[in-house]
Amino acid sequence: MKDNFGVNPWHQTNWDFRAAFNFMFGGAGSGLLLIAAFSGIAGNALRAELLLGMALIGAGLISVWFEIGRPLRALNVGFNPHTSWMTRESYAAGLVFALGLAAVWLASQPLAQAAALAVLMFAYCQGRLLQAAKGIPAWRVPALTWLVFTTALAEGAGLFVALAALFDTPARGALAYFSLALIARALAWSIYRSGVSKTAVRAALAVLERSGKILIQFGTIAPLALLLLGLLAPDVARIALLLAGLAALATGWQFKFVLITRAAYNQGFALPHLPVRGTQ
Amino acid sequence: MTRWAMVADLRRCVGCQTCTASCRQANATPPGVQWRRVLDMEVGEYPAVKRAFVPVGCMHCDDPPCMHVCPSTATKKRADGIVTIDYDLCIGCSYCAVACPYQARYKTDRASFAYGKATASEEQGFDPKRLAVATKCTFCADRIDAGLAKGLKPGIDPEATPACVNSCITQTLSFGDVEDPQSNVSQLLAENQTFRMHEELGTGPGFYYIWDKKVEETPS
Repeated sequence: MKDNFGVNPWHQTNWDFRAAFNFMFGGAGSGLLLIAAFSGIAGNALRAELLLGMALIGAGLISVWFEIGRPLRALNVGFNPHTSWMTRESYAAGLVFALGLAAVWLASQPLAQAAALAVLMFAYCQGRLLQAAKGIPAWRVPALTWLVFTTALAEGAGLFVALAALFDTPARGALAYFSLALIARALAWSIYRSGVSKTAVRAALAVLERSGKILIQFGTIAPLALLLLGLLAPDVARIALLLAGLAALATGWQFKFVLITRAAYNQGFALPHLPVRGTQ
Repeated sequence: MTRWAMVADLRRCVGCQTCTASCRQANATPPGVQWRRVLDMEVGEYPAVKRAFVPVGCMHCDDPPCMHVCPSTATKKRADGIVTIDYDLCIGCSYCAVACPYQARYKTDRASFAYGKATASEEQGFDPKRLAVATKCTFCADRIDAGLAKGLKPGIDPEATPACVNSCITQTLSFGDVEDPQSNVSQLLAENQTFRMHEELGTGPGFYYIWDKKVEETPS
C-alpha cells in the first residue's frame, strides 16, 4: 500500500504565548538595537533606543523564564553550546546585554555597534532554535530561520521609524533600510511558504496562510505605501511613518504569535504499512 | 557493541493496553502520562475497515533530536543506545518535547494521583524530582542494568527486561540487542518485514514494527 495510515497531528501543548513573547519581543528588540547602533544617532537618544531594545529582549527572556518548569535552574540553559540553539541564544543574549549596557554607560557608538553584531547572532539563533524543533513540521522548514531573522529586522526598523516619527521626521537612510527590511521579510515569507506547504498539515497551513496574508498586505504593502505617501506629502509624513512603523511591528508580532500558538501541529503518527495478520 | 532495541509485531497486538498499565505501575507515572501508549487506528470505510494497534513511546533514536536541542545536557544517549534524562539537570523548558517527532515526552508541573489522594503504591513510587521536568520511557534502564549486573540477559530474562515487554499477553513486544545477530530481536528482524516510525526524518529509531513476514525468494 502506498498511503500512510495513522493518527492525525494535533497542536503541541508544550509552548504557549510565553514562548511566543520571546520571539516577538526578542525579535523587535534585536531589530531596534541594530538600526539604532548604525543610524547615526548619539547621546541620550542612542542610550534610550539601546535600553528599549535590551528591555524588549529581556522581557522575552523573562517571559520564557515564567514558562520553564524549574526556573531556579535557569542557568543550566548554558550547558550545551555544542548542539543546542537555546544555549547559543542565551550566550548571544549575554553578549548583547554586556556590550549594550557598556555602550549605554559610556554612550559609545563603537560599543553599540559591537552589541548590534551580537544582536544579529541572537536573532539568527532564534530562527535556528525554532527550526531545530524537528517534531513540528511548520517549524523545521529551513527557510523559517530567515523569516524569523528578517522579521526581527523589519519589526525593529518599524519600531525605530515609529519612535522617530513621534519626535521628528526620520532620516532617509533609516527609511531606506526599513523598506529593504520589509522587502526582505516578504521574500523570506514567500520562500518559507513554498517550503512549509510540503511539510505542514492543512490546519497549520490554513492559519499560516491567513497570517501570511496579513504580513504581506498590512506588513509590507501598506507600510511601503505609507512610506511613499510620507515622501510625497510632507504634511502627513510623520503620521504616515508612525503608522508604517507600527504596522510592520504589529504584523511581525501577529505572525510569530500564530506560528508558535496556532500553527505548531506535531508530526502525528503514520504507518507506511498496515499489519498483514495471519502470517506470523 | 550493544544496541538495545524494541520490536513490536503489529500482527499480534490486540490493543489490550496491558503494556501501558504495566509501565505505569512499574514507573509510577501520574495520570495522563503514558510512557508506553498503544494507538488504536481504524482505516477505511465499512465494510473494508482495517484496524491496527500500535505501541508507541520514546524510540531511543540513534540521532535523537531531543538530545541535540537540550540546553542543559539533561538528555543524553548511553553507549547502548538508551536515551536518558537527568532530572537534576533538566530545567523543564520543553524544547525536547517540541523536537521529538514521536510525542514521547511529558512534563507534569504538580503532583497528581488517580483518585485525588495518593494510594500506598503511588506514595511509594512518587518521585518529586520528576515534577516540572521532562520525562519519558527509559526502556526500564534500571532493570536492564540491575539484570546485567546479575549476569542476566535483557529481553530473555524477565528480571532484566522492560516491564511492558514482560507484561505483553500476545508477545507483540520483544526487546534485545540488535547488534547481536543471534538475539531474539535480530532474528525477528531477519525473518520479517519491518519499518520504523517517521524514518524519513533521519532520527534512526530503536523501535521496529513488524507488519508482514518476509517473502521467500523462489529459485528460478
